[in-house]
Amino acid sequence: MTSFQLRTGAPGARILAFGHYQPSNVVTNDDIAKTVDTNDEWIQSRVGIKQRRIAGPEESVVDMAVQAGGKALASSGLSPEDIDLVIVATCTQEAQIPNASASVAHRLGITAPGAYDVNAACAGFCYALSNAADAVRAGSARNVLVVGSEKLSQWVDWTDRSTCIIFADGAGAAVVSGSDDAAIGPVVWGSAGDMADRIYIKDRNGFLYQEGQAVFRWTTTSLAPIAKEACERAGIAPSELAAFIPHQANLRIVEAIARKLKAENAVVADDIVNAGNTSAASIPLALSRMIERGDVPSGAPALLIGFGAGMTYAAQVVRIP
Amino acid sequence: MALSEQEILNGLGEIVEEIAGVEPSEVTLEKSFVDDLDIDSLSMVEIAVAAQDKFGVEIPDDELKNLKTVKDVVNYVQSKGVSA
Repeated sequence: MTSFQLRTGAPGARILAFGHYQPSNVVTNDDIAKTVDTNDEWIQSRVGIKQRRIAGPEESVVDMAVQAGGKALASSGLSPEDIDLVIVATCTQEAQIPNASASVAHRLGITAPGAYDVNAACAGFCYALSNAADAVRAGSARNVLVVGSEKLSQWVDWTDRSTCIIFADGAGAAVVSGSDDAAIGPVVWGSAGDMADRIYIKDRNGFLYQEGQAVFRWTTTSLAPIAKEACERAGIAPSELAAFIPHQANLRIVEAIARKLKAENAVVADDIVNAGNTSAASIPLALSRMIERGDVPSGAPALLIGFGAGMTYAAQVVRIP
Repeated sequence: MALSEQEILNGLGEIVEEIAGVEPSEVTLEKSFVDDLDIDSLSMVEIAVAAQDKFGVEIPDDELKNLKTVKDVVNYVQSKGVSA
């Protein structure tokens, strides 16, 4: 038998640019304390959040993804026609069908790209980023738009004080392209399906539920080794990291993982303080804002680690565009 | 040989100091974690994980919620404990 024709891509992959979007509506802890029995001090001490953004009733996961994706595309210097794959990581769309990515591509003027959504919950962006890097290296795509966009507010029970204080809305995006050097490191990913009932939405009328203590225990014990392994696979030491951007789940989880990672020279993302937990959007949102503020220099290595419902997790080292 | 009550108490004092910044001398048997030492449920999880590393005794979440005082934890570790 003769082999089919092989298609080869770029030797490596890199991120050209980030972009982000947050809804304009700021909801403070005091605002939430008006409707459920909680207070600012309690929320800040348990989860580290001061305020979050909540989308309006007419603002969808796709709307936010278009805003973030458009900004990433604009700062990448590429045109819509250069993009041939769009991946949207989300788990909070209004409905299951259609997917978000095809609509996002259409509204950005990207004509007929490959388009699919990834549901790996809060780990979704790191999964999608790995898919994108693999696609450009395999030659399946030249340039990929990767978006994390979430509207958790529409799946949260606003009378449940254990969850409504945490979750929020927003979007972040990255443009991935081929490169001669590897500027997106090998992914370390995995799952723990035996813990599937720790974070779930029961059915289409259900709300997001989580067993906070069990999730806290899992995240603070299982993830630091994954983060270290991602550094090892990329060939750098944690001390060489310029930035550490874990999923913004809870500031105490962020701090616990950072402490165990011992990335003493890294800026640790704490975007949750003002953005809340935005699931698959939190990593690109946090990193895009860090770049905008000038917190991290171009070319510096940054470690990303996403983790969440499933349970799922994924980590990789990337170079700041 | 099993750990003595005092040995466990001393070890627990070190853990509580590291995680919650409480003076080890404050960590005495009759103290309630929540009411007296101002330790919340998430810090209790961290203390349970650290206790597992130190004493080799796993404290699952279901058990943890019943351990209200320092003495409760000391007794639990002692009852499940193996030699150090």
